[in-house]
Amino acid sequence: MSACAVWCVVEHRQGAVRDVTGEVVAAARSLDLGPVTAVVLAGPGEAHGLSRAVPGNPEAVLALEHPSLAGFNGAAVAQALGRLVGERQPRVVLGAHSAAGMEWAPALAAELRAPLVTDATSLSWEGNRLGALRAVYGGKLQARVRLAEAPTVLATVRPGSFEAVGSGAAPAVEVSSPELPATLGKRFVAWIQEAAGAVDITQADVLVSVGRGIGDAENLDVARALAQALGATLSCSRPVVDSHWLPKEHQVGISGKTVKPRVYLALGISGAFQHIAAMKGAGLIVAVNKDPKAPIFRIAHYGIVGDLFKVVPALTKAVKERLGGGRPGTG
Amino acid sequence: MKLAVFVKHVPDTAEADLQVAAGGRSIKAAGLPFQMNEWDRFALEEAVKLKEASAGTLTAFLLGPEECEESLRRCLAVGADRAVRVWDPGLEGQGPAGAAAVLAAAVVGTPYDLYLCGAQASDDGYAMVGPTLAALLAVPCTTLVNRLEVTGSVAVCDRELEAGWTERVEVDLPALVTVQTGINEPRYVSVLGIRKARGKPVDLFDLAGPGLDRDQVGRLGSLLTVEALEPLPEGRAAELLGGAPDEAAARLAAILREKGGVL
Ligand SMILES: Cc1cc2nc3c(=O)[nH]c(=O)nc-3n(C[C@H](O)[C@H](O)[C@H](O)COP(=O)(O)OP(=O)(O)OC[C@H]3O[C@@H](n4cnc5c(N)ncnc54)[C@H](O)[C@@H]3O)c2cc1C
Repeated sequence: MSACAVWCVVEHRQGAVRDVTGEVVAAARSLDLGPVTAVVLAGPGEAHGLSRAVPGNPEAVLALEHPSLAGFNGAAVAQALGRLVGERQPRVVLGAHSAAGMEWAPALAAELRAPLVTDATSLSWEGNRLGALRAVYGGKLQARVRLAEAPTVLATVRPGSFEAVGSGAAPAVEVSSPELPATLGKRFVAWIQEAAGAVDITQADVLVSVGRGIGDAENLDVARALAQALGATLSCSRPVVDSHWLPKEHQVGISGKTVKPRVYLALGISGAFQHIAAMKGAGLIVAVNKDPKAPIFRIAHYGIVGDLFKVVPALTKAVKERLGGGRPGTG
Repeated sequence: MKLAVFVKHVPDTAEADLQVAAGGRSIKAAGLPFQMNEWDRFALEEAVKLKEASAGTLTAFLLGPEECEESLRRCLAVGADRAVRVWDPGLEGQGPAGAAAVLAAAVVGTPYDLYLCGAQASDDGYAMVGPTLAALLAVPCTTLVNRLEVTGSVAVCDRELEAGWTERVEVDLPALVTVQTGINEPRYVSVLGIRKARGKPVDLFDLAGPGLDRDQVGRLGSLLTVEALEPLPEGRAAELLGGAPDEAAARLAAILREKGGVL
């Protein structure tokens, strides 16, 4: 197997390598196809620093520097990688199914007319073809898929599916400057950070979290009463924020906040991976959902299958009875 | 502005008990409620808003059999000027790149200023059709857009990243954007409104249609094959607290004290 068997695209933002890169390298190792090369695409002068920070002990680092690669530009990444893949023909190119990977990977695949599987939770190499498992229908089933045979095949892996392995000796780094078209039709402008809100759910000890199952903003009172009784903070899944039932700072998830409370109560939340990824470290996870097949029950410690509008008031009552009179609420 | 929006009709599986159909590669659709893909509802709203602001035109495209037309009717009901259903029985089971190739064939020849897609579909979740379509149409693409502003021939797009970060990019029109939920508030469409749109025509684009490179569709369509749908492997499963709500709640309160250290 040649030295460029499996490539891992290094994900970085504002000068720092993102942790998910370690998982991508672990996914590459799971294929057992020989040496793993990390590919860094960065702005001028950034490659060496980033290369040193790549987790997972890749055997080599290939770095490309270009002004269009400062900041993230999916078009520039796809173009630069496309040329390099054409020249060196790696068997597999891997990335993360992240905001970055969701943009460059399909663009690169289309550019190369190469097979791509996105959001894989497991990879396998059988008879020159890449196989993958991926969750479908909101995590209720999984699909076993297979890519066509091709000189290079592509995959992005679901964050949290592969365990990152430690970092060690810095590998050799080869830096070059790709040629890119003068105009890509697309320019990176700026990074913007969301303003801090009035509530910091990351500091809460107990979270009462509501999902789309709450149905409407008025119904939030049911959850508020429980939060009050428990001295908990209210958090939520994305649709609740999209519908303006709660402000964005309450959102748990990869595009919201990562939380690690002692207790997490998920009410009417199905358990999409973008949600679960950011709360699965909670000490005690309890889910209330009327669908016994909801994926949230796969990561919850305890669950009640039922209508939250019946269960939650009953729970609030039981909590109040235990407290025998109530406590000063903070919810 | 000439706008095109691409929508998918998908089963609502949030509360459904899914069964794998004979053949093992799809689910039994009978009895499941279907609706417009969540991300596409936001793409449609954004397209209608842009149409209204620019006094432009909007064409809606959908890939699927006749049962899927309701999502096209919804597009017509909220302001699309034209609806095109793209389908041919031979397209059953096309992978995401193949789907993009057929949609590209359906728009080729009538260029638009801006193409809008949902960021992903809730059923198969590939998040591939939009960016692949952009590549096939040779227009720049921006994904996961949660704010969009068109000035002249440039679209300023905010892309949603992880952990509360956003990035701002500029794309030259014509371009394709994939839309993230929350970008707007999709307007309410009454069933009556959708019914009224029944009177409007829906054009059909099939494999006999012009502009279709069958080789390209076939080649891209076979890049990815679904071999089987199966239940997820056994994972950690929650201990379920059964009984009437009162009983279950009382047990849970005890667990919150003993295991959770609250109360
Ligand atoms: C790039 C990207 C980033 C994302 N980031 C996030 C993120 O940060 N956070 C996030 O949460 N999501 C995020 N999502 C969205 C995610 O994919 C899901 O769409 C979302 O998490 C679903 O939220 P939900 O569980 O509340 O709703 P649904 O999936 O609709 O689930 C609702 C649940 O409520 C149950 N239910 C309904 N009524 C009742 C009742 N009366 N009693 C009990 N149960 C009931 C149903 O059975 C169902 O399981 C992101 C998606 C993308 C593509």
